[in-house]
Amino acid sequence: MTSAHIEEVMSIVKTGRVLTDESDRFSYSFDGSFGTYLPDAVIQTKNVEELAALVKFANRERIPVYPRGQSTCLSGGPLPVKGGMVFDLSVMNDLLEISEEDLVAVVSPGVLTADIHKAAEKKGLLYPPDPSSSHVSTIGGNMAENSGGPRGLKYGVTKDYVIGLELITPEGEIIKTGGRTVKNVTGYDLTKLIVGSEGTLGIITKAVLRLLPKPPASETVMAVFNNLVDAGSAISKILSAGILPAKMELMDQASIAAVENYEPLGLPVDAEAIILLELDGHPAALKDEVKQAAELCKSVGARDIRIPQNAVERAEVWRARKLVSPAIVRIKPTKISEDATVPRSKIPQMCERLQQIRDKYNVHLVVFGHAGDGNLHPNIICDKSDKEEMNRVEQAVAEIFTAAVELGGTLSGEHGIGTMKAPFMEMELGTVGLDMMKRIKEAWDPNNIMNPGKIFPEPGQKLELS
Amino acid sequence: MSQSLEQLQKEFLYEKTNSCVQCGYCLPVCPTYATMGKETHSPRGRINLVKMVGEGKIKDVSVLEEPLDLCLGCRACETACPTGVEYGSILEAARAALVRRKKFSAPVRLLRKTMFKKVFPSSRMMKLTGNALWLYQKSGIQKVVQSSGIMKKLPYHLGDFEAIAPPAVSPAERKQTPVRVGAKGEKKYTVAFFTGCIMDAMFQRINRLSVLLLAEAGCDVIVVPNQTCCGALHAHSGEMEEARHLAKQNIIAFEKANADFIVNNAGGCGAMLYEYGHLLADDKEWADRAAAFSTKSRDISQVLIACGGMPDLQPRSGERVTYQRSCHMTNVQKVVREPLELLTNVPGIKFVEMEEANMCCGSAGIYNIVHYDESMDILDEKMKHTKATGASTVITTNPGCLLQMKLGIQRENLSGSVRAMHLIEYLAEAAGIS
Repeated sequence: MTSAHIEEVMSIVKTGRVLTDESDRFSYSFDGSFGTYLPDAVIQTKNVEELAALVKFANRERIPVYPRGQSTCLSGGPLPVKGGMVFDLSVMNDLLEISEEDLVAVVSPGVLTADIHKAAEKKGLLYPPDPSSSHVSTIGGNMAENSGGPRGLKYGVTKDYVIGLELITPEGEIIKTGGRTVKNVTGYDLTKLIVGSEGTLGIITKAVLRLLPKPPASETVMAVFNNLVDAGSAISKILSAGILPAKMELMDQASIAAVENYEPLGLPVDAEAIILLELDGHPAALKDEVKQAAELCKSVGARDIRIPQNAVERAEVWRARKLVSPAIVRIKPTKISEDATVPRSKIPQMCERLQQIRDKYNVHLVVFGHAGDGNLHPNIICDKSDKEEMNRVEQAVAEIFTAAVELGGTLSGEHGIGTMKAPFMEMELGTVGLDMMKRIKEAWDPNNIMNPGKIFPEPGQKLELS
Repeated sequence: MSQSLEQLQKEFLYEKTNSCVQCGYCLPVCPTYATMGKETHSPRGRINLVKMVGEGKIKDVSVLEEPLDLCLGCRACETACPTGVEYGSILEAARAALVRRKKFSAPVRLLRKTMFKKVFPSSRMMKLTGNALWLYQKSGIQKVVQSSGIMKKLPYHLGDFEAIAPPAVSPAERKQTPVRVGAKGEKKYTVAFFTGCIMDAMFQRINRLSVLLLAEAGCDVIVVPNQTCCGALHAHSGEMEEARHLAKQNIIAFEKANADFIVNNAGGCGAMLYEYGHLLADDKEWADRAAAFSTKSRDISQVLIACGGMPDLQPRSGERVTYQRSCHMTNVQKVVREPLELLTNVPGIKFVEMEEANMCCGSAGIYNIVHYDESMDILDEKMKHTKATGASTVITTNPGCLLQMKLGIQRENLSGSVRAMHLIEYLAEAAGIS
């Protein structure tokens, strides 16, 4: 951007801030993934008209624009890879209205997802999507990346709860999609197209979210297995028996050991896998389901079943799962967190493939994640200053993606494509499939100013982690 | 000065920044991110800036000055961090590296030298300061000055602070401070009392009450001679050599006492004493002695609880009390339970926890003086939550927090109905000790 450009930006932004100092530009150059990309300017304003005017200006001058929440993204979504302007939408955090009668929440994009959880719960309602980062990630970012979370199994992901949007198009117009009704079949479903488009089709400035009545009770079951494949069978047994847990989480032996080293919680370190279930619903039904789930786990070889008896004990069990991420980075500093997802029935095979990949490339690979919906998190723990190791890690990651796609799964269950997985898109979608997506992008954003460099691979682009 | 990348990486502790996975979990707990509203003033942002220096992407290190200067050093980010990033060490090292490169103007250089090398470390200078304060308050000058409006013209908003300064202790009274007090009843521990520089100059009364309360709870208390400033203000300003020098002086002084515990009553000083081991870890000659010192260091609340709590407290009549935690006690010393236990054990009080109780009040050493406006933004947030509790007494455990909360009360025009007190003052009041 030229200094004349910056001046024009400053003349448009009347109510907010335009940051151009080097320290500020560097502070908006990263996210939770890899790489540093300097924007030319960072804009903070709560005013939608000003933002729209900025986009119009950017479209005219072919200046890239990147919407950004709190940049907790793990796939590179908000990175300003081609310079230009970052719009810090975390400042748009004022609007959070809960309508009990319509069972919806109306929010601005900078609202923290956890604040939506709290506000809904105060009225006896539930906003189900619960990414692990919800206390720090914004709802705008969640919508852009179509975030998931442990409750995805029963309740689905972010897109299943967004029913209406206000959006700035890449040409600087403000439009509305969907509305306040759950049923809405008027025309193409642009709402679903925008959610998960990773900021490449526009900037979400307001959203209507669907809420549910909060289930009256919940119970937790922990099942311990000597064999990872048995744990996989337990998952499909429970689901095919007609029980739909709210969460169904898997920890492999490496994760269990890491957590116990990090903070001893009395987990069985000799077990090959642990499954954690959360069941929610009516207390009477729950009692029966807990019993049934425990029996099913035993029938496929669970060596131990633990059922916490009160809220404190339940929290302790879930704490173990939450500690996996912090625990594993104590082993080595760099963490490559993948979210390759396979059909549930393929979980045991995926686990086997992951073990082969671990041995083949001699990498420290840990598996945990949302097993109930096939959304595993193979994590590779490494040291990015070790070039030789990172080279092996890159190959291992590529092979994880291949395995997931070959088993009928997908590159990403909840983190998005961003810059990290763009090189693998064609493998999953095929040439024509990817081309259809590109045509949508070209129709919406003819000048390719809206979050360029994401989702679609550049010619010759490869996964680079070092 | 050499600017080779290796040199910069070493000085700025680049290695330590690698454990930051940029997850952003530190953002919601950072007071400056909340009030200043940009990533540049967040822990993750600051760590990234240091990282960029280490990767050679930022060439002019002076761009780090403002973001690092404006950090309160409350270290709430360390408590929130899932991967154990040593933010405090990174901040300290980066500040020291910047100070080494910075060309201060002549008056600032002189002021820094005077304050860091002559005033805080000198018990004589601190006594003089305390005496001057007493003279100022008692001689009638204060009244004249306050009515003259001259206070408004002082630099750094010092006038605002003048009005909240605690009643000073007379030179005669100062001399009466006991140097050795025997335990009342059965003796449980022998403790050496750390007086601190600012505590000694401005809050001498709290120090005296601390000694009396410790004795009341069952401790033989020794006020060790030749002790000096803890060095926290120096370390936080990047004057590491001076901080180490002071630490060694304290280690020597307290080794002689051979006490069970080294007790302090100021969260900020306590954190520094607690970290002497870390401060001198690379110094072969001193590492073990420093670690032994830190192992013995305790906040007074820990010792009072270890003694079984305060005996014989008079019941209060349903007084509403809230508690502003000292960041350094919470996030560095991890002393969380004991002060609260002492407070809530006072019979008859109604304890009300404030929202965002763990957020810094904005005092942070001399932050509220050198970054007045930024500090007041943070204080305003704190006062919003304090007011919401409806408490008439705000308890703190650090002199800086105490002054800051007094200032907050004054700014909100609540001086008639709300008071701020150190936990020790409150316990002494409840125990009928004055």
